[in-house]
Parts: sequence; structure tokens; C-alpha cells
Amino acid sequence: MRVMVIVKATKDSEASVMPNKELLEQMGKFNQQLIEAGVMLDGAGLKATSHAARVRFEGDRRTVIDGPFTETKELIAGYWLWQVKNLEEAVEWLKRCPHPHPGTPTEVEIRPLFEPSDFEAQP
Amino acid sequence: MTQTAPTHRAIEAVWRIESARIIAGLVRAVRDMDLAEEACQDAFLAALAQWPKSGIPENPGAWLTTTARRRAIDRIRRQRRLTPIGEELARRPPGAQGPDIPSILDSIDGAVEDDVLRLIFMACHPEISAEARAAITLRLVCGLSTEEIARAFLVSEPTIAQRIVRAKRTLVDQQIPFEVPTGQDLAPRLDSVLEAIYLLFNEGYSATAGAEWTRPDLCAEAQRLGRMLAAMLPSEPEAQGLLALMELQASRLAARTDAEGRPILLNDQDRSRWDQLLIRRGLAALDRAFRCAGGEPGPYTLQAAIAACHALAPAPGRTDWARISALYEALMRKAPSPVVALNHAVAVAMDRGPQAGLELLDRLAAEPALRSYHLLPSVRGELLRRMGRTAEAEAEVERAASLATNERERELLLDRARAIRAGDETD
Repeated sequence: MRVMVIVKATKDSEASVMPNKELLEQMGKFNQQLIEAGVMLDGAGLKATSHAARVRFEGDRRTVIDGPFTETKELIAGYWLWQVKNLEEAVEWLKRCPHPHPGTPTEVEIRPLFEPSDFEAQP
Repeated sequence: MTQTAPTHRAIEAVWRIESARIIAGLVRAVRDMDLAEEACQDAFLAALAQWPKSGIPENPGAWLTTTARRRAIDRIRRQRRLTPIGEELARRPPGAQGPDIPSILDSIDGAVEDDVLRLIFMACHPEISAEARAAITLRLVCGLSTEEIARAFLVSEPTIAQRIVRAKRTLVDQQIPFEVPTGQDLAPRLDSVLEAIYLLFNEGYSATAGAEWTRPDLCAEAQRLGRMLAAMLPSEPEAQGLLALMELQASRLAARTDAEGRPILLNDQDRSRWDQLLIRRGLAALDRAFRCAGGEPGPYTLQAAIAACHALAPAPGRTDWARISALYEALMRKAPSPVVALNHAVAVAMDRGPQAGLELLDRLAAEPALRSYHLLPSVRGELLRRMGRTAEAEAEVERAASLATNERERELLLDRARAIRAGDETD
């Protein structure tokens, strides 16, 4: 199965503070492990929402809202796509990930993707 | 928020992540694949007994490595007590020193870089059959159980267990070294690895037996191995080529069968269901393969390039058949086979018209290897239909149906024969 692993934003990530060299190195090592284990499909860090935009849908109206957005905890700062056998394997991999925001408690979320078989199962 | 005790599945997940490195590290130290695997299994059983109470340790890999190393030493001590010295010496190759325990203690500090790669090359040695290579790799590198492997190959558990035992014995008897081959040795040994991985993929992609047309889990394992290998051998063009081929073929998995599990041919597939992520990954791997291929690309890279032509065509009518014909020609030079020749004829027919294809096909008809190959009359029938020779076309497709061994494929061919007849009546 595939999972999306979602790293949440923090005050720092929203302020475009770049991660320090040590964290970048640790993350690079972790990414290399994921690649060599054949788990990593894709991944990227996201720029702060000051670079972002939203389109609001209301009836027939489309309203464009420019970033930055305020509800930091609801925002995401990066993602991976992993190919794993099950959710447990994704959890074990994620536990091996370096702390993405050292000094700030944070949660990283694992969300399984719909697979073609999920649609076929429906009547 | 609660921290629940780790489940069996969570401990299995740790196993899947850590076992290849631990086994590889142990093989490096004790030079005995069987002993390494058994010691690692012992450590896993210890984890299953202990972790549900204690929780998964902070560093489960180190815990398992330490435990496996203790168990390996226990096993060696036990073996030494049970084996009379004379017999043990007799079993060693002349001049070889058996590992002494302190040296084992020194060297089992977890896997060294490339140990997993060494393990793959050892498990996929050309001395053992491609099926056995595939089975042993699934077990040691992917961490699958014998039961899971048996299910994947649709054979009984004892059959797989036997296959693995025999393969391991061959590795011991032939004194296959734990190393990444270099120089001139690398190419044939890498071929042997790639062949085993592609066999796994194909076993999943076009099931040779049974009612199911595809077994995606097996494809996923093969792709995982292909990704590992491509990451560990970044400048080997055919490692990239095989990965490209598997990613591109797998991108069509969801579109290849209908809701009832019947196969859908390439031209009739809903291209919006092709997996764009896998296509992108396949194209990237193909690009790497071409960039690091010195001279003419190898067979996996060429096949991947052909798959890429299909992946890039927005509609069947916009396929670059001229390029596909040229790629098949190159493939015939690199890896000639009647099946490649057949595909070449198909591409030529698409590029230059059915008559040109038919001429190539009729030259192939004499090939003994193709005598009972259902795709030859199937393709012939299609070309004849396009030329308006419907009676001959129908007969050829019916002959193809009578030769097909896969139940679903036979149904598909019979449907096509009926459609040709119906088309004839309305004309």
C-alpha cells in the first residue's frame, strides 16, 4: 500500500526559517535509508504559506485567498509518499525519522492512499 | 492518547525493516547463510516474546542485532560441542580457518555498508535456479515468510522450503563468497540478480497459472527490490533499466483488468487510470539508464524504452510506432528471441501497415519455438482483419484461443473471433 506521510508546519517553517545543517544531514541520511529500502516513492518540503494561495468554492463563486494562512497547526510543511506493506511498517519507518522540528513537539501523520482495489470493492 | 502494547504486526514491521541488514551482517561474520538466518529468526522470536510486555525498544535494530549475535554464538558453540573435531576439519575447505568466537564478536556490529547488496548477489548466484534465487531473496531480503512466498508462487509451503534448502546447500557446496562482484564478473552476476527480480515481477504481472490475471503484491515486492538495487548500484545502466521497465509496466496494473478480472488489452485501456507517479518514476529511471549506458543500451533498458513510448502516448493512435520498431530492432540484436521478433512484426505493422507486418510474421511461422505460442495466430488474425480478409482472420483468432493456456485470455480471444464474425456480417 501507499501512504502519504505529512509533516505539519510550525512557527519557524511558516517564517521560512530553513532547517539547520545538522537536521538537513540527518534528514538526508534518513531519506537515503528509505530509498535503499525501496520504500520512498516521492517527497518534498513545502514553502511557507506566504507563497501560497487558496481558491474558495461557494455556490458558483470562486474567491482567491492569498497566503499566509494563520492556523499553523492545520498547515503542512512537507510530505513523503511511501510504498509499504501495511500501516505498521510505515509507523516503524516514521519512528526512525529525525525530529523534523527540533525543540518543538510536533506530530507527523500517516495517511493511506486509496488503491484501485478500494474502488472495485464498491457495488 | 494511549501507547498500546506493540502488536504482532508492528513487530513484524520491525522485522521487515531490519532483518535483511541483520542477516547480511551475520553472514559477513559467520560466512554461513543458514546459521545467520536461524540466529536472526531466534532474535525475532525473542522479540515476539518480550516486546508485547516491554514495548518496542528505542533502537529495535540494535536490540535485534545484539540478540541475533548472541544466538549465533550459542549456535556455533553448540555445533562445536556436537561435532567431533576431525569431522569439522574435514568439512572445511582445505586451508580455510573456521571463524573463532572472538573474531565473530568483533565483526558482528551490525551490517557494514553494502552488506545487503552482498547478500543479494549471494542469494542470486547463477549456480542456483532463477526460481530458487527469487524465493531465497524474498525470504532473506524482503523478510517474507515461507508461507507468504508459497502463496505468492501458488505452490505448497514444503515445495518452497525445499527449494530454499537446496539453494542454500548449493551456495555452501560451491563456496559462494559474500561479496559484490567486480570487473568482468559483475555483468553476468548482475544479470543473474536482475533475472530473478524480473521473474518475480512477471510472476505477479502475468500469472502463469491460476484464475487471477495479476498478483499485485508480488509486483510490489519485485519493484521494491528493483528500487533497492537501483539505489545501491546507481551507475549500473541495466539495474536502472529493469527498474524503469517494472515501474512503467506496473503503472498499467489498475487498467489491465476489468471489474470481473478479465484482461483489457493495451489499446483498449483507460489511460486516465495509468499511474502517473509510476510513469514519472519509470521515465526518471530510464533517463538514468540511458545516461550511464556507455554503448548501446541493454535489453531491460530497451524494453523500458518501448514501454515508455506507450506511457507517453496520450491515445493509442498517437503512439510512436516508428521508434518502437527501431527499439525492437535494437532488442533483436541484443537479445534475439522469437517473441521479440513477433513484437517487432507488430510494431512494423502499426508503423508501415499490415502487409509489411504480415511478411515478417510469415517468416516467423517456421520457428519451432512459436508453434504453440497463441500470440502468433492472434497477431496474424488481427493483421488479416485489418486487411479485410475476415474469414482467415476469424480462423486464426480461433486457433489462438485453442492454444491459450490462461482461461481469461482464451475467453478474450473467443470474444474477438465472434466480434470479427459479427463485423463481417454487418459489412
